[in-house]
Parts: sequence; C-alpha cells; structure tokens
Amino acid sequence: MSVVRRLAPLLGVAVILVYCLAPFYWMVVSSFRRTSDIFDLSVLPSPWSWENYAAVFSGQNQFTRALLNSLVVAGVTTVVTVLLGTLAGYALARLDFRFKNIVLAVVIATSMFPAISLVVPLLKLFTDIGWIDTYQAMIVPSMSFALPLAVWNLTTFFRQLPVELEEAATVDGCTRGQAFRKVILPIALPGVFTTTIIVFVVAWNEFVIALSMVSRPETQTATVRISQFAGFAGYDSPFGTQMAAGVVVTVPLVIAVLLFQRWIISGLTSGGVK
Amino acid sequence: MRARAGRTAALLLSPSLLVLGLVVGYPLLAAFRESLHRSGDELDADGFVVTGDRFVGLDNYADALGSRFWTAFGNTSFFTVTTVAIEVVIGTAMALVMHRVIRGRGLVRASILVPWAIPTAVSGLLWRWIFQSDGVANQVLATNLLWTSDGWAARIAVIIADTWKTAPFVGLLVLAGLQLIPHEVNEAARLDGASAWQRFWRVTLPLVKPALLVAALFRLLDALRMFDLPFVLVGAQKGSVETLSMLAWSEANQVRYGPAAAYSVILFLYVVVIAFVFVRLLGTDLLGDKRKASA
Amino acid sequence: MKRALALGIAALVLAGCGTSTPEADGRGPITFATIKDGTGTVPKLVAAWNAKHPDQTVRIVDLPEAADGQRQQLIQQAQTKSDTYDVITIDLPWNAEFAARRWITELPRDQFDVDGFFAAPLKGSEYRGKLFSIPHFTGAGMLYYRSDLLAKAGVTPPKTWAEMKAACAKVLALPEAAGASCYAGQFDKYEGLTVNFSEAVSSAGGEVTDDAGKPKLDTPAAKTGLDFLTTGFRDGSVPSDAITYKEEEGRRAFQQGKVIFHRNWAYIHALMNATDGSSAVQGKFGVTVIPGASGPGVSTLGGNNLAVSAFSKKQDTAREFIKYLTNVDTQREHAKGSAYPMTRTAIYQDPELRAKYPYLPVLHDAITSARPRPTLVRYGDASSAIQEQVYAVLGGTTTAEQALSTLQQQLTEFAQGS
Repeated sequence: MSVVRRLAPLLGVAVILVYCLAPFYWMVVSSFRRTSDIFDLSVLPSPWSWENYAAVFSGQNQFTRALLNSLVVAGVTTVVTVLLGTLAGYALARLDFRFKNIVLAVVIATSMFPAISLVVPLLKLFTDIGWIDTYQAMIVPSMSFALPLAVWNLTTFFRQLPVELEEAATVDGCTRGQAFRKVILPIALPGVFTTTIIVFVVAWNEFVIALSMVSRPETQTATVRISQFAGFAGYDSPFGTQMAAGVVVTVPLVIAVLLFQRWIISGLTSGGVK
Repeated sequence: MRARAGRTAALLLSPSLLVLGLVVGYPLLAAFRESLHRSGDELDADGFVVTGDRFVGLDNYADALGSRFWTAFGNTSFFTVTTVAIEVVIGTAMALVMHRVIRGRGLVRASILVPWAIPTAVSGLLWRWIFQSDGVANQVLATNLLWTSDGWAARIAVIIADTWKTAPFVGLLVLAGLQLIPHEVNEAARLDGASAWQRFWRVTLPLVKPALLVAALFRLLDALRMFDLPFVLVGAQKGSVETLSMLAWSEANQVRYGPAAAYSVILFLYVVVIAFVFVRLLGTDLLGDKRKASA
Repeated sequence: MKRALALGIAALVLAGCGTSTPEADGRGPITFATIKDGTGTVPKLVAAWNAKHPDQTVRIVDLPEAADGQRQQLIQQAQTKSDTYDVITIDLPWNAEFAARRWITELPRDQFDVDGFFAAPLKGSEYRGKLFSIPHFTGAGMLYYRSDLLAKAGVTPPKTWAEMKAACAKVLALPEAAGASCYAGQFDKYEGLTVNFSEAVSSAGGEVTDDAGKPKLDTPAAKTGLDFLTTGFRDGSVPSDAITYKEEEGRRAFQQGKVIFHRNWAYIHALMNATDGSSAVQGKFGVTVIPGASGPGVSTLGGNNLAVSAFSKKQDTAREFIKYLTNVDTQREHAKGSAYPMTRTAIYQDPELRAKYPYLPVLHDAITSARPRPTLVRYGDASSAIQEQVYAVLGGTTTAEQALSTLQQQLTEFAQGS
C-alpha cells in the first residue's frame, strides 16, 4: 500500500510528461531532420542536421529581429495588462459598489466576439490614426483577449484571500493602498504570477492581429514570420523549418518560466507567509 | 462609505474599460452595423462592382440560417462540450499531481507549458503532420484512418489536438487555486478520517471551484470561437469540422462582410447565452459575493 | 464605458466618411508584396533594379505562404484603401474579381510587350477584354510516370486514360510494383480539387465554363471527366488515401513507389531527381503531357500574376517595375535561379535552361494547350461549389449526375448575378 502511495505521484508525473511532451518530441525530432528525409518515421533523426535552424536564422528570414519584436509586443502587453488587470481585479473583488456584476459581465462579454471579426474595423481605425506598422497597433488589440482573462483571474484570486488579513493591516495603520501592496499582493503572488504567464503566452502566440496591422519586416513578430517561410517552390512548405522555428519560440518561454518560478518561490518563502 | 468605494472602483476600472471599449466595443458596433448592410454584390454595365453599402435589414441573418449554418452550429457545440469536459478533467488531474509532487515540480510545470506555448499555427501543422495518412499516428496506433478527410476521424483528431494544447491552461489555473488552500484544511480532514477521494470531493474541489470555473469559462469561450485548429489541421469547408468562426471567415474571404458580420453576431449572441447559462448553473461563486452571503 | 462608447461612435463616423483615393500616376520608392521566394532569386532581381533606379527603389514585403493568407492580406489592404502595397502578386483566377472591384488598375496592353507570353495565361489576365495584370509565373499539370517500371513491362507512356489503365495492368503485374496503385492527383477538398476536376473535364473534350463564363457541365464530356475520377477511386486504381492528397502528399506517394502515374506541377521534378538519397525514384521517372479521354489531355493553368494596386500613389513606377520583372531578360535570369515556370515562350527554347530543366519541352506543350480556370468575378464561390460537389461524389455521398446538375445551376447563378 505504501509503495503504491509513493509511486502514484511519480506515475502521475510520468503520464503528464509523456502526454505533454510526446507530440513536442516529434516536433523537435522533425526539426533536426534534413529537408530530404523529413518524411522519415524513425524515432531519431539520422543524420542529425542543423539545416532547419540555419534556415530559420538565415539573413533572409530576419528571425532574430522578429523574436525581438515578439518580446517587445508580448512583454509590453503583459506588463500593461497585468497592471490594469490587478487594479480592476482588486476593485471587483474587494470594493463594494453598484454595477459590479454588470462590469464583470461586460468585461467577459468582450471575450465572446470572434477575434477574426475584430480585425477589419480595427484596421480601418488604425489606418485613419496612422498606427499601421507600429508596436502599439499590435499591443492594444492584443489586450482585447488578454485583459478579460487577467481581470477575471485576478478577481477570483483576490476574492479568495481572507478579508481579515487586510483588515488587520488597516488596523495596524496601513492605508488601503499600503495594505494592498504589503499584504494582499505578496499572498496573491501565485495568482498574479500564473496570470502573468498566461497573458504572456497568449500575447506571444498572437497571430491574426500582428499579421494584419504590420507589413514592414522590421516590425513583424515571430509568428507572422513563421507563416511566411517559403520552400523551394510554392507548394512544398518548409515543414522542418517551421518546426524548428516552433521550437525556437517555445523553448525560451519555458526556460523563462522555470527561472522565474525559482525566483518567485524563493521570494515567497523569504517573505514569511505562514 | 459605499459612494467612496464607488469612486475608487471607477478610478481603478476605467483604464481597463477604456481599452476594452476601444478594441472590442468599437469593432462590435461596427460589426452590428455591417451585418445590416450588404455591398459589392452587383455589377454595373461595364462589369465593375457597384460600390457602397446597401441597407438590407435582417436579410443577412435570414440568409445565414441555412443547412451549412446548422452543421457548423452543431460542430461548434459538439467541440465545445467534448473538449471543455475533457480539458477540465485532464487539467484538474494535472494540477493535483503537480501540487503533490515536491521534487521536480518546476520541471513538470515547465513541461505542461510546452503544448500551450507552441503557437497554434505551428501546432496545427504539427498535428496535421502527425495525422497524415502515412503519418506517425497511424503507425503508432496501427490503424489506417484518414484523419484529415471529411468524417468522424477528423473530429477526433481536432479534439485530441485541442485538448492536448489547452488542458495545461486549465491545469495551471487550478494549480494556482490549489496553492491558495492552507495545508491545515486538508490535514484536518485527514485527521477526521476522510479518505483521499472524500478529501478531494468534499474539501479540495469546493475550494478550487472558483479557479476551476474561471478556467472552464474561458475555455468555453475559446472553444465556441474555435478556428485555427480545424482550419489548419483538417481544412476549410469540411462539413464534419466546420465551426461558426470558420463560416464567418469564409464569407469574409469572399468579401461578403455583411453576411460574415451576421455570422459573427449570431456566434456572439450564442456565446453570451451559453456563458450566462454556465454562470447561472455553476458559477454563483463567480459573480455573487459568496463570503458576504455566508457571513 | 460611456466615454469609450462615445469614442467608438466617433471613430465609426470618421471611418464611414473616408474619401476615395485620387488617381495618382506618381513615381518614387514602391513596395512589392509577393510570396517569399525560397531560392532568393527575386531579391536579387529587385537589387538589380534598385541599383539602376536609386530614386524609385523597390522594397519587398512577404505575404503569407498559404494562398488563403495572401488573399486575406490583399483584401484587407484593399478594404482600407491602403497604399501600403504598390505592386501585388495575385493568383491568376483572382484577376477578374480584383479588376471588377477596382482593386487593381488597367494596364495598357501596348506597354508590356504582350506578344511573347503564352496565350492562355495572358487571356486569363483580361477582364472584359482589358488587361489588368501581367502573368509572372505559370504552370500546368503534367503526368509523371515510373520509366523504369514501364520499360520493364514493355509499355510506352500513355496518351489516353484507357492506355494508362492498360499500362497499369501490365506494370502492376510486375513483382517490383507489388502493392502499388495506378494513379493519383490532388483530391483533398481544396483548390487543387477544382484544378483536377476541370482538367478531367477539359481532357474529356468539355469545359467547365466557356469563354463567356457560361457553365457547360450538363454535357456528356463533363460526365465522362468526372467519371474518370470516381471510377479510379471505385476500382482501386487510385489509392483510397488520395482523398487526402494535396501536392506534397501526392509527390510523396509517387516518390515512395505507391503509385505508377502521378499528376503534379513542374516543381516536383527537381525534388524527385535529388541525388542526396532522399528520392527513391531518382532517375527512374519520366514526364509527359497528361492523358485524356481520346487523346492527350488538357491541363488547367496555375500561376501568379503581377498587378498594380489601385490605391498606389506611384503607379508609373509600379508599371515600370512590372515591365522589368516580366521582360525576357529578367525572366531568363529568374529561370536560372528558380524553377518557377516563366510566362514567356522564349524561355522554353533556351538551350541552357533546357539542359537544366529537362521537362521544359513537355511543360511548353502542356501550357500551350492548357485552359485557365473559370474567369468569374465570383470565382471563389465557383471553386468552393466545385469542391463541395466533386468531393461529395468521390466520397460516395452523391451521384455524378446530381452533382453536375447542381453545379451547372450554381455556376449559372454565379456567372450572372456576380
């Protein structure tokens, strides 16, 4: 019984790892095959080849620049969204005012319109105000799907925290703002952190808006670049190169989360939450 | 007191509402207007398309409700129900495992991010590759299914690819919810002699319910608007996987913005109804202030 | 929220009042929106132009690689009357629609040395008798066959469908061809199905639409053409998974020896002849004109055209640049760098290029006899309807007669109403 008990979580981990990583494994393996043996079904590429990665970063594709653009767009979107979302989430969770449920409903209703139908009106608007080919033309619309997610998430987390903590802080002489910064935010950190990851991932992967709002290669993001990779002729899309680019945009994200997580967890334990 | 709270709330909420009004409110109004108009469907004597919008009232809506619409409506509903249900179960299981594992938690957490961090267009291609008639799926399963042709196999392929990609989203949110539960609560239940299943069902689940419901709600909204995955994996215009978003896209791609907007508005209203029902049935924790009610 | 609403409404009004762009024949730096060239030849040609025209430089903007994505980009730019693109690349069948919507401007025929082009792509670039775009690349389906197996079975490349079936019967009896099927084209539900269907109809002596755009699908020839595709699936001469084939899946099947005959474009020739061990059929295949019902078949034209965006403010430069990109010398240079089939007949006589691309004579004949896809303003709807009906027939959910009569009716409507 105790053996089962000890092994069960390990088994669970193994299942999760296989579930999540098996298709990704296929992506990595495909990215290391040569274009000429991309159709192989062998478990490991033979021979291994960097050809696809070289193609991703070849001068023609300007992929480094595109990665940088993605970082700027997703980064700014995330910071602004989490900031606005935290303010709104706190208000919705902790303040007592009329129309609260209506605000929550309106916020989530904005997530109900098909994204593809947002593009044309916004494109017209941004053309009129000269925003085409700018970062903000990608950042502001990206908030259309990131913000509702952040607001709802954070509202839920703030609401779950015990009210007593905040009251105790106010009794100790903190203002409401201080109580929020010094007491609520540290405990809510797992929630804020998760929201940050989620917002960053969705912003990093955004494609339709970035494709429409920007046509200059200098401002295009990585996902748009991937869609433009071309093969030898019109019909042979360079599958290996696309997979390599997929690995390139995925792996840094995962590493960043790993690093941040360390930092957050250590921050949490040293913060003395009991 | 309440008035002051109201002012603070207005201050804290206005930036978010302003942004949403600009990037969603305005396009939404534009689409409503567009859906009552038609343009570019007549030629003049020289063969040029007559420009300018024509007001057609609800004609676009009336014309939209054909058999193709109902097929897409059925597909959209079917995909939503199946994928969200599967994702909630898998995601919760993932979160529970991650929560219990001490060593290697970071690794597990990073790896569940992988499916979700891959750009949808790339993962669509990856799954198309995997599901090709001579692809690795048929080899591993020792089957000979035509996953990407029009039929049941295509639906299953879409469900597999979608749950793979988005179950981690549910997992992450539920995990964050689990982390908020004080350890003592579970410990107390254990001391009371509750079995693992009872502890999960009676203690853990009610406490993560808000996080789980938010995750499920957003998955629901996304699944109802599903577009890229069936489009890239199986292809446009295939009756067994065509969704309402794909229908709107295909009208827009033929430069019929009026009918496209009508489809979008119908889909929007459908999502509103579903979300409303969802929140009413399950989500008293989401909107009502439970704490206050119980106090 | 109120403020946001007010802002939104203000913006709505503003957008509604947009004025139309005035006709502008200016010169200056321009933008060329095109599909990325994997071989890097187009950037080289553009650099050569830029060196000669320092005050009218051309900047390349890449469109998405998938045709749907290209179309979406171009439509959006036109909807917003944006002058972001000056010269655009369109699929040949979009010419009529883009012209009718006034998204591209008429090109004066006398400026473009039109005599040297293949007749069919040039005809397809007209709308109501006027030229609106210039053929840049073209293409026609060809029949690839396993020359090694055909020689062994003692048969010659077929000219008709019956000959192809007879040849298959002999070849498939060989031990080397065990498990193979006879033939495959592109039968997934996408643009390629429209191409394969209209090829089958044309090769049976019919046509999908006549020169005036009237559908001709209630003819025996149309039935014969469609039957060629369906009987292939029914009697097993076409492998059942060909219902999922696009260009690349088909090439792979042929390359792996799963089919003896394969209909595809010119680009697969070089890939299948690769000597790095990736192609199992390297040196073992030949290419000929596609077969037909009672003689050589008629292929459907592929290809891309260049057009000047109606919203460009530098139309003179744009036209000059198209002239440059499609003149004989540039096309010859282009052909040396990439295998895209050019649109001027002279290229196909060049001895150096014939040595490099041995299929050029066959391709020349195929393009000469090829037919463009239906020239309709509502081409997109027509193609969708064709895919819908033909795919249903191949899948066995409707009959050929039913499908053709539905199509005849639908295409008639698309041709009139537009």
